[in-house]
Amino acid sequence: MSKSNFTRRGVLKTSAIAGAGVALPTIFTASSAAAYTNEPTGSTVTLGFNVPQTGPYADEGNDELLAQQLAVEHLNGEGDGGCLNTFTSKALKGNGILGKKVEYVTGDTQTKSDAARASAKSMIEKDGAIMINGGSSSGVAVAVQGLCQEAGIIFMAGLTHSNDTTGKDRKANGFRHFFNAYMSAAALAPVLAKEFGEDRRAYHLTADYTWGWTQEESIKAATEAMGWETVNAVKTPLAATDFSSYIAPVLNSGADVLVLNHYGGNMVNSLTNAVQFGLLDKMANGKDFKIVVPLYSELMAAGAGENIKGVLGSMNYNWQLDNEGSKAFVKSFGEKYGKPPSNSAQTCYAQVLLYADACERAGTFNPCGVGEALEGFEFDGLGNGPTLYRAADHQCFKDVLVVRGAQNPTNQYDTLEIVEVTPTDQVMYAPDHPMFGGKEASLGKCNPGA
Amino acid sequence: MDVILLQILNGLDKGSAYALIALGLTLIFGTLGVVNFAHGALFMIGAFCAVTLQKFLSLSHTVIDESQTDFLGNPLKVEMRYIEDWFGPEIGGGIVEWSVPLSVLFAIPVMVAVGVAMERGLIKHFYHRPHADQILVTFGLAIVLQEIIKYFFGANPIPTPAPAALAGSIDLGVMIGFEVNEIVYPLWRMVYFAFAAVIIGAVFAFLQFTTFGMVVRAGMADRETVGLLGINIDRRFTIMFGIAAAVAGLAGVMYTPINPPNYHMGMDFLVLSFVVVVVGGMGSLPGAVLAGFLLGILESFASTTWATTTIPGINQVIIYLVAIVVLLTRPRGLMGRKGVMED
Repeated sequence: MSKSNFTRRGVLKTSAIAGAGVALPTIFTASSAAAYTNEPTGSTVTLGFNVPQTGPYADEGNDELLAQQLAVEHLNGEGDGGCLNTFTSKALKGNGILGKKVEYVTGDTQTKSDAARASAKSMIEKDGAIMINGGSSSGVAVAVQGLCQEAGIIFMAGLTHSNDTTGKDRKANGFRHFFNAYMSAAALAPVLAKEFGEDRRAYHLTADYTWGWTQEESIKAATEAMGWETVNAVKTPLAATDFSSYIAPVLNSGADVLVLNHYGGNMVNSLTNAVQFGLLDKMANGKDFKIVVPLYSELMAAGAGENIKGVLGSMNYNWQLDNEGSKAFVKSFGEKYGKPPSNSAQTCYAQVLLYADACERAGTFNPCGVGEALEGFEFDGLGNGPTLYRAADHQCFKDVLVVRGAQNPTNQYDTLEIVEVTPTDQVMYAPDHPMFGGKEASLGKCNPGA
Repeated sequence: MDVILLQILNGLDKGSAYALIALGLTLIFGTLGVVNFAHGALFMIGAFCAVTLQKFLSLSHTVIDESQTDFLGNPLKVEMRYIEDWFGPEIGGGIVEWSVPLSVLFAIPVMVAVGVAMERGLIKHFYHRPHADQILVTFGLAIVLQEIIKYFFGANPIPTPAPAALAGSIDLGVMIGFEVNEIVYPLWRMVYFAFAAVIIGAVFAFLQFTTFGMVVRAGMADRETVGLLGINIDRRFTIMFGIAAAVAGLAGVMYTPINPPNYHMGMDFLVLSFVVVVVGGMGSLPGAVLAGFLLGILESFASTTWATTTIPGINQVIIYLVAIVVLLTRPRGLMGRKGVMED
């Protein structure tokens, strides 16, 4: 009878050594095989769309999501192709990105920085998203941009208007197509001077957070430079819903213009309250009293209803723009969803296409390669006219729209009318401008992660 | 002086909403002993009664207008309201314009029904549970209700303007000897204050001068004894829940022209209203009304430029500071009764 030499301990030892030996190549090659975070290895590539799906900006987030889904369709060669037909870069062929079919996952920012970071992190770590796109808040954009920089992912910002996003908080992995507070002010100021005169006294109400501060700083500087005087600038809590206490003293303050540095629900309520107080029907300093809303959006204009009639503001894009790119996008979006796109939808659509195009031109998904392809990229055909993605701060430069609340809207989408298309040169500024972090502001180094 | 008068007016207006919501909260707490965190949601549902009626009155059919085009270049589809077809553009348009005041009539039965259904369907099962359980279940209910509203009406605010005759502002200052534009106040906000005063007066009169009210007050003082007298106090308390819901709902209906309603507007008022109830004294109806107006006025003064530059951020904390001071010096609140929430 033969006696076995195997013992339980021996078998376990041998198995462990053999297992480690088999796994050895994988352990040492796992990190080095992927040159960058979430390098796509199969036949698909996953994009992460991080938009507010719940909370007060859910409707705006839904519009962004619809536009991003449309962009994915177009990238994959479905639908009418939209702006792929008008985009001046011809790198995209409608066969996905670098031959890989485009898929997407979505996250809910809830318009809260911590929730937005958590949803972006989940899409990167669990779903393997190669980039993050979208969002509706500067606080959220700055937070998610920081996360993407650390994770080695490209962040294509959605609706974020604070100077800080591509100013003091700029990052090498972050890119903004949307305009900013400085540009709004630079575009609005000459129109305000032309329409209301150069001898005006302004009273500012400002949302007390990063976007409001930079908006107030920008519009104050621009209007004071053309001769306006600032009577008062009052910070209002972001959570405020009734602005009567802030608006009641305005009429008797010596001001003849009220500037509402508010967005979203704040804007809807403060404008409604200001109109209730009859400001637009009053005279002050011998002039008609005026209200200015530096940043408009279609959804908020709809929320404010008739109160926006005649009120001036600015926008990144409006569906009424009459260029080939805009017409192609409005047709594609309108036929699919039965309504014209909002300016947040357009910026998110453009960002997806710009990212995909940069991957094609770079020949890689590596964020450093994609970043290089986007830096200094000049293009047209996405709806805004000729545009530059400036290398120094990753900010897009293009025409800015000055708009006014429509006096006689013919339908529910006809809430705003374009007063002037301000040329790019007029809204251009130096990358080290003091409002954008000055000389200390830096993109840092591109991080490919992995 | 003009600034003081303006902020008193503002305070009375803000206080009207606080007082109406706090009154309903106190009614529910005083009768049923339930801490109802869904009360803000009732305010919100009331506001959406106005939105619903406005949408209902604006039901329309489309007519193709070949002379105009839509955003895609197709012939424009013009919405024609049925009500204008039936009654003519003037009368039909007038009915739609007055939809907010008309919503008061619509909201009363709806809100009473919602209140009674809430009490019978859910809250009665939590009478004998700790207050923490009641808070959790009613808070959960509030979230469910606001998500339902969001599902049907979206997240964006919906404009519900006041009738043109009651919109705009009037120069009160000129009437009392001030200069032009020194004291200008929106007409609808004064309507809101007057409406709140009428509702508060009606609730007090109902409790004070009707047999039903007398039984309810007796039940609030000693539920057991009233029950032993053979009176079905539970049924009366259920009706009181419905009335409290209607008060909150009416506050919401009339608030819609002040700020366009959205699905989370109830939450904006909820915490403030609880502070009002605590400052006024748990279970005290006059306390709730008094504290509502008092805190509304204090909040308005704390929002003035002088106050915010002297003590930055005072506008955001004033109500809570007052609550702390009141609780330290008068733990039962301004008009709280002995024995309420003290066992």
